[in-house]
Amino acid sequence: MSKKEWPLWEVFIRGQHGLNHRHVGSLHAPDAEMAINHARDVYTRRKEGVSIWVVPSAQITASSPSEKGALFDPAESKVYRHPTFYDIPDEVGHM
Amino acid sequence: MYAQMITSEKSSDDPELLAAFQARIDRGERIEPKEWMPEGYRKTLIRQIGQHAHSEIVGQLPEGNWITRAPTLERKQILLAKVQDEAGHGLYLYSACETLGISRDELFDRLHSGAMKYSSIFNYPTLTWADMGAVGWLVDGAAIMNQVPLQRTSYGPYARAMVRICKEESFHQRQGYTIMMKMAQGTPEQKAMAQDALNRFWYPSLMMFGPSDKDSVHSAQNMAWKIKINTNDELRQRFVNETVPQARYLGLEVPDENLTWNEDKQGWDFSEPDWSEFFAVLKGDGPCNEERLGARRKAWDDGEWFRDGLTAYAEKQAARRKAHAAE
Amino acid sequence: MVALDLDRQTLFDWLLRLGDNALILGHRTSEWCGHGPALEEDIALANTALDLIGHCQMWYTLAAEVEGKGRTADNLAYLRDAIQFKNVKLVELPNGDIGQTMMREFLFNAFHFELLTALTGSTDPKVSEIAAKAVKEVAYQLDRASDLVVRLGDGTEESHRRMQAALDYLWPYVGEMFLADATDDALAEAGIAPRLTDIQTKWEAIVSDTLDEATLTRPDRRPDVHTGGKQGRHTEHLGYILAEMQFLQRAYPGAEW
Repeated sequence: MSKKEWPLWEVFIRGQHGLNHRHVGSLHAPDAEMAINHARDVYTRRKEGVSIWVVPSAQITASSPSEKGALFDPAESKVYRHPTFYDIPDEVGHM
Repeated sequence: MYAQMITSEKSSDDPELLAAFQARIDRGERIEPKEWMPEGYRKTLIRQIGQHAHSEIVGQLPEGNWITRAPTLERKQILLAKVQDEAGHGLYLYSACETLGISRDELFDRLHSGAMKYSSIFNYPTLTWADMGAVGWLVDGAAIMNQVPLQRTSYGPYARAMVRICKEESFHQRQGYTIMMKMAQGTPEQKAMAQDALNRFWYPSLMMFGPSDKDSVHSAQNMAWKIKINTNDELRQRFVNETVPQARYLGLEVPDENLTWNEDKQGWDFSEPDWSEFFAVLKGDGPCNEERLGARRKAWDDGEWFRDGLTAYAEKQAARRKAHAAE
Repeated sequence: MVALDLDRQTLFDWLLRLGDNALILGHRTSEWCGHGPALEEDIALANTALDLIGHCQMWYTLAAEVEGKGRTADNLAYLRDAIQFKNVKLVELPNGDIGQTMMREFLFNAFHFELLTALTGSTDPKVSEIAAKAVKEVAYQLDRASDLVVRLGDGTEESHRRMQAALDYLWPYVGEMFLADATDDALAEAGIAPRLTDIQTKWEAIVSDTLDEATLTRPDRRPDVHTGGKQGRHTEHLGYILAEMQFLQRAYPGAEW
């Protein structure tokens, strides 16, 4: 095994017509510059006009449900946030 | 199927937590990396996703074998793009596996030491150009049978990797089949090559689904966890049902005397592969086990100085930047 | 009419050089597929190979059109023997280790990039069109290769040693890229291609900057020891490349794939 594993990076890409950078996956690279190159080769197959962000995976802070609470609580307490919560008569058409 | 015979790990966790976890899966919720999961679920997934990832990168070799011999420039590009995709798919799957708390280098180490397996199919040789057709048509066809349902698997990163892989792989089976069409409609020699490729790859492809697991406790646990969606027999039957008419369209014969249409089950009855051969190949006695694993080990060992050189440079650069900033 | 035919032959020969360089280097690069030193590099090398094979198809298609004998790009790739190939010897050498592969890519790409850049201004619109497509991809290849040369040259003691060895080994082959013969002169006269001496000046600048940054030493040796590839006088390696590459087309003449 190598002395040291290349760190893991999270890759975010804004496509030609995309509005926000979107997480597309991860990869290994020795530093940020090479991570950008790798991201280009692995995740865009080099289409023009894209913007790439890379972030060391270790630097990502993720929200994590507390062990019990979130596990037992129903996920959909805010049902009003979901479109299916609202009954719209068929006559109105697609909304 | 690229993950064969995944034994599930027992969990010695709090029964209340286990029940709540199972309820989440039953409700169709996705399990995400930082969330609580039973130790057995985590270990089983590492085994399954790892094996799947290993199969992708070992799977580069039998086809990679023909890149330099592809008969036209276009076929060369298609094959190269396909084998490159397999490296990409390996990368996505290793990434998914890493979210479970194991490093990629550690996974490679387990592959190289033989502690982890890869799909038995890649231990068979590719002898003629028709094998590029047969591999795309049959091997990718069998893999897709398994991968499409896995897009709904319970572990979020695995499911998302599968979505991406299925999308990118949509051309793989079709390109294989078009090679078979060209060969089957070509010269008598080409047609003979196509038939020979089908003869050699038919049973190994059926083996890809693994032995019957309808009575297996591991299979039952993995299905409850939704990291396995269908039984091996279901997928194998589906594969045969889809493939037989495709073979007939090519004018090729499936090498099975017992192949008969069963009106009651609306499917084909077919012969089981030789399972003793399957176990021998898994154990290391397949035609190409040494070559495949040898090639992977060599690539890794030969690349060590390269990876270390780049790490050293990155460290030096970081130190230089720091020194520069301090000035 | 004789003059026109001669021109056509000269242009054809020159286009073959471009196509053959791309095909043979693409072939060598594709040998890495499945054997790369890291997954990310494996994928990047396949991209490079795919680009180069794409370039050779464009040059061959134009060459076949210029020749006007009804040959296809595939005919040119698969049905010529070694003495009819016009690539420089540098691209047919075996890959060696990944360091040698990247060093070769760098030395060739620095030339390839400058040549294609100049060709985007060619008086022949078909040539400039192909060059414009190819140069974008080669610009990226050059970035990547020079970056890796710098990093590995200035990496560990071992990576430095290997990169210096690769440079020393490849150096006697680089001069051929800039050695103009009657074909190159005729193309430059016609404004289709640049003078190779101009390309060499630009190449020297790129190479000298990169080698400095990589802490590598420019070999104290003639760069034009091994030449002749452009005239069809190759190393022994090319025959093996063709034997492998052309096997199916030769074994089953006329078959469709």
